[in-house]
Amino acid sequence: MNDYQYDHQTVKGFIVSSIFWGVVGILIGLWISIQLWKPELNIPPFFTYGRLRVVHTNGLAFGLGIGAIFGISYYIVMRLTKRPLLFPKLARFHLYLFNVAIALAAVSLFMGMNQSLEYAELEWPLDIGVVILWVIFAVNVFGTIIKRKEEQMYISLWYIIATVVAVAVLYIVNNITVPAGLFKSYSVFAGVNSANVQWWYGHNAVGFIFTTPILAMFYYFLPKSTGLPIFSHRLSIIAFWSLVFAYLWTGAHHLVYTPLPDWIQTLGIVFTLFLIAPSWGSVVNGYYTVGSDWSKMQTNYLTKFFIMGITFYGLQTVQGPTQAIRVVSSLIHYTDWVPGHVHMGTMGWVTMTVAASVYYIIPKIYNTEIYSIKVANTHFWLVLIGQVMFSVTMWITGIQQGALWKATNADGSLKYTFMEGLVKNYPFWQLRTVAGLIFTVGMLFFIYNIYMTMRKGKAPAASQA
Amino acid sequence: MAGEIYRKPIMFAIVAAVVILIGTIATVFFPMFTEGMHPKLENLKPYTALQLAGKDIYQREGCNNCHTQTVRPLKTEVMRYGDYSKAGEFTYDRPFLWGSKRTGPDLARIGGKYPDAWHHNHFENPQSFFKESNMPKYGWLKDSRLDPVDMEVHMKVNGFPYTKEEIADLSSKTELDALVAYMQVIGTAVKRAAPAAPGKASSDHEVENPFKNDPKAAALGKDIYDQNCAMCHGTQGEGGIGPSLTDDMFLYIKGDLPDDDYYEVIHNGTEQGKVEEGRTMKGGMPPYGGQLDKNRIWQVISYIRSLQKK
Ligand code: HEC
Ligand code: HEC
Ligand code: HEM
Ligand SMILES: [Fe+2]
Repeated sequence: MNDYQYDHQTVKGFIVSSIFWGVVGILIGLWISIQLWKPELNIPPFFTYGRLRVVHTNGLAFGLGIGAIFGISYYIVMRLTKRPLLFPKLARFHLYLFNVAIALAAVSLFMGMNQSLEYAELEWPLDIGVVILWVIFAVNVFGTIIKRKEEQMYISLWYIIATVVAVAVLYIVNNITVPAGLFKSYSVFAGVNSANVQWWYGHNAVGFIFTTPILAMFYYFLPKSTGLPIFSHRLSIIAFWSLVFAYLWTGAHHLVYTPLPDWIQTLGIVFTLFLIAPSWGSVVNGYYTVGSDWSKMQTNYLTKFFIMGITFYGLQTVQGPTQAIRVVSSLIHYTDWVPGHVHMGTMGWVTMTVAASVYYIIPKIYNTEIYSIKVANTHFWLVLIGQVMFSVTMWITGIQQGALWKATNADGSLKYTFMEGLVKNYPFWQLRTVAGLIFTVGMLFFIYNIYMTMRKGKAPAASQA
Repeated sequence: MAGEIYRKPIMFAIVAAVVILIGTIATVFFPMFTEGMHPKLENLKPYTALQLAGKDIYQREGCNNCHTQTVRPLKTEVMRYGDYSKAGEFTYDRPFLWGSKRTGPDLARIGGKYPDAWHHNHFENPQSFFKESNMPKYGWLKDSRLDPVDMEVHMKVNGFPYTKEEIADLSSKTELDALVAYMQVIGTAVKRAAPAAPGKASSDHEVENPFKNDPKAAALGKDIYDQNCAMCHGTQGEGGIGPSLTDDMFLYIKGDLPDDDYYEVIHNGTEQGKVEEGRTMKGGMPPYGGQLDKNRIWQVISYIRSLQKK
C-alpha cells in the first residue's frame, strides 16, 4: 500500500523543519550565553540580550518542540490507528503554515513585538496563527483516531489527546488581549490576576508541551525499539489521570513570596508536592519495562536514549517539587538555579527522547537502517556530558547567588553589593557556554547521522503499520 | 465498564477536558471573581502617556528577562531593595512585569532612587558606572522619537486619562526620555520608608569615626567609593550628578558638618524637602545602609576626608 508515502513525507517535513529551527534556537542560545559575560556582543536594536533570549526560548519551544510534536504525533497516530491520516493534504498545509508562522514569529520577536508573558510572547496576529495551527492538528488527530482501524486506544494516544485539549485551553486563555494596533496589545488581565493566569499557563506549557507529548513518544517508541511490552498498564492509567488532574493546580509555585494571595500559593505548593507521584509513575514504568531485560541497553542503541531521557525526567520531577517549598524557593528563585532545572528537561528529557524517536522513524520511512550507530553513540555521550555540565554549573552559581544575596555581616547589614555578587557568576557563565558548545557538537553528530541516513535510504517506501 | 473510555475518543477528550478544568477553575477562574485579585492602593495613579511609552519600551526591549519587579517579604531583600511589594501596586500593569530572573537587580523600588541624569548616563553606558556590568547599552534609544498617534491609541486601550497637550508633547520626547520617566514612577505608590537596615538611628553608631585619620581605612574606602559613588560625585569628589564632596558646602549651605552627618546621609539617602541640620535636601542620593555595613560607610567617609585634604 502506498497510502502512507505522502503522509510520511509530511512527517519527515516536520522533523527536518524542527531540526532546522532547533539549530537556529541553539545558536542563539550560545550567543546569549556569551552576552552574559561579554556584553559587547549585544548589537542593538535587534540583537540585544533582552530580545534574543525570547527568540531562543520560543525558537526551541515552538520551532523544535512543537514541530517535532506535530510530526512525531502524526506518525504515532498513524501507527496506532493502523491507517493513514484522515486529511493528508491538510497535514501538508499544516507543515507549510507551521514554517511560515515560526519564521514570522522569529522576525516579530527580533523586532521587539512582545507580550512579556513567558512562553506566550508572540503578539496577537501570531497568536491567531498558532491557534489555527493547533485547530488543524486537532482536526487531523481526532479525525484519524475516530476513523481508526484498531479498537483500543494505546497510552500514547491518551497523552496526545490530553495535549491537544489542554494546550488549546491554556494558550487561548493566557493570550486574550485587547489589540492596540497590529503589533501591540494589552492583556485583559492585570496585575496580580495576570500573574496568576500567566503561571498557570507557564507551568502547564511545561506539562503539556514538554511532558505529555514527550511521554506519548516515550510510551510508543520504547516498546517499539526494544521489543519489550510496557511494564504495567494499570500504572499507566493511574499515572495518566493523576498527572492531567494535578498539573493544573500548581502554577502558583512560580509565584512564591510574591503578592499573589497566600491561599493560592499554598494550594499550589501542596499540589506540586503531590506531582512527584504521577511523574514517577511513568519513570517506574519505563525502568521496569527495560528491567525485564537490561541487556537491551547494550544490544539496542536507542534504549539508552530513552532510559537517560526518563532519568532526567525523574530527577527533574524530584527537583521541581522541592523548589516549590517556601524555604527552598526563597534561596533559588530568581537565580541561575532555575535555568539549571529547566535545561535538564529541555536538553535532557525532551531532546533525548525526540532524537531517539527520530532515529527510529527516519530509517523506517526510508526503509533502511540508521547510517551509523557509532555516530549515534557519540551524539549520545556528547549531549549527556554537555547537559550535565550545563545544569551543574548553573546549580552551583545559582546557590551561590542566592546565598550572597542573603549574606549579612555581624551587625545585620548586607555583606555584598549587587555587583560584588554578579561578578562571581562570570566563571560559571563561561563554563556554561562551554557546556552548550559540547551539547551543540553532539547535536551536529545527530543531524549528520540523520542526513546520511536519508541520503542512503531509497526513495521513501511504503511502510506497513 | 470504565475501560470503555479507552475505546471512545470523543468521550475520552471530554473527560480529559473536565479533569483539566477542575484545577483551572479552582485556582485561576474562581479567584478572578474575588476582590483579592483586583486590589489597588489608594495613591496608585494610572500611567501618563510618557510613562506608558516607557513601559512599552521596557516590554519591547525585554528588560524583564534580566530584571524583576517584586520585592519579596524577606529581611535581606527588603534591606537591599526597599519595602516588599504590595498586591495593590500593579493594577495598571497589563500584564504584570514581575519577571522570573535577577541577572540584574530588582527594579520594584527604582522610582526616585536616582536622579534622571543618572539613568540617562547609565542607559547610555552601564559599564561606565559599573565596569563589570553585563547590561546592554541603550543609548540608541535617544535617536528615536515617540509617536503621539500610536500612544493615544495605547492610552485609550488602557483606559488611562490624558490631555491633548500631553499627547502632543510626546513628539518632542525620545524613547530614552520615556524609559527614564517609567523608571521614576515604578514602585512610587508606596511611600519610601527609611531603609530597613541596622544602624539607622544615630544612637546605633559611633558618633566619632572609628577610622579617623587611618590611611588603611581610607584606602579601603577608595574601592567602595570608586564602585558606588564616583559615578555621581566624580572620581575626585569634585561633583557631577551629585554635589561636590570636597568644597566646604554641605547640602547647599556653607560650612562642613562632622562625620556622623555624613554617615546619616550615606546611610539613609536623601529625600526631597526633608530637612537635616537646618539644610533642605533636593533628593537623589540613594540610601546605602542596606548594602554597606557600618565599617564600610566609615571607611568611605575617611576616604572622602582624605580627598578634601588634597
Ligand atoms: C543582560 C541583562 C540585563 C538587561 C537585558 C538589562 N539590564 Fe538593567 N541591569 C543589569 C545589571 C547586571 C545591572 C547592575 C549593574 C548596572 O547597574 O549596570 C543592571 C542595572 C539596572 C538599573 C539600576 C538598578 C539599580 O538599582 O541600581 C536599571 C534602572 C536598569 N538596569 C534598567 C534596565 C532597563 C530599563 C533595561 C531594558 C531597557 C535593562 N535594564 C536591561 C542587567 C540587565
Ligand atoms: C545617584 C547618584 C549618587 C550616588 C551614586 C551617590 N550620591 Fe551622594 N549625593 C547625590 C545627590 C544628588 C546628593 C544631594 C542630595 C540632596 O540634595 O538631597 C548627594 C549628597 C551626598 C552627600 C552630602 C554632600 C554635600 O556636600 O552636600 C554625601 C556626603 C554623599 N552624597 C556621599 C555619597 C557617597 C559616600 C556615595 C557612595 C557610597 C554617594 N554619595 C553616592 C547623588 C549620589
Ligand atoms: C513534577 C514536575 C515539575 C515540577 C513540580 C517543577 C517545578 C518547577 C518550579 C517550582 C519552578 C520554578 C522555580 C523558581 O522560579 O523558583 C520551575 C521552573 C521551570 N521548570 Fe519545572 N518542574 C517540573 C518539571 C519540569 C519539566 C519536565 C520541565 C521541562 C522539560 C520543566 C521546565 C521548567 C521551566 C521552563 C521553568 C522556568 C520557568 C521560568 O521561566 O521561570 N519543569 N519548575
Ligand atoms: Fe512549574
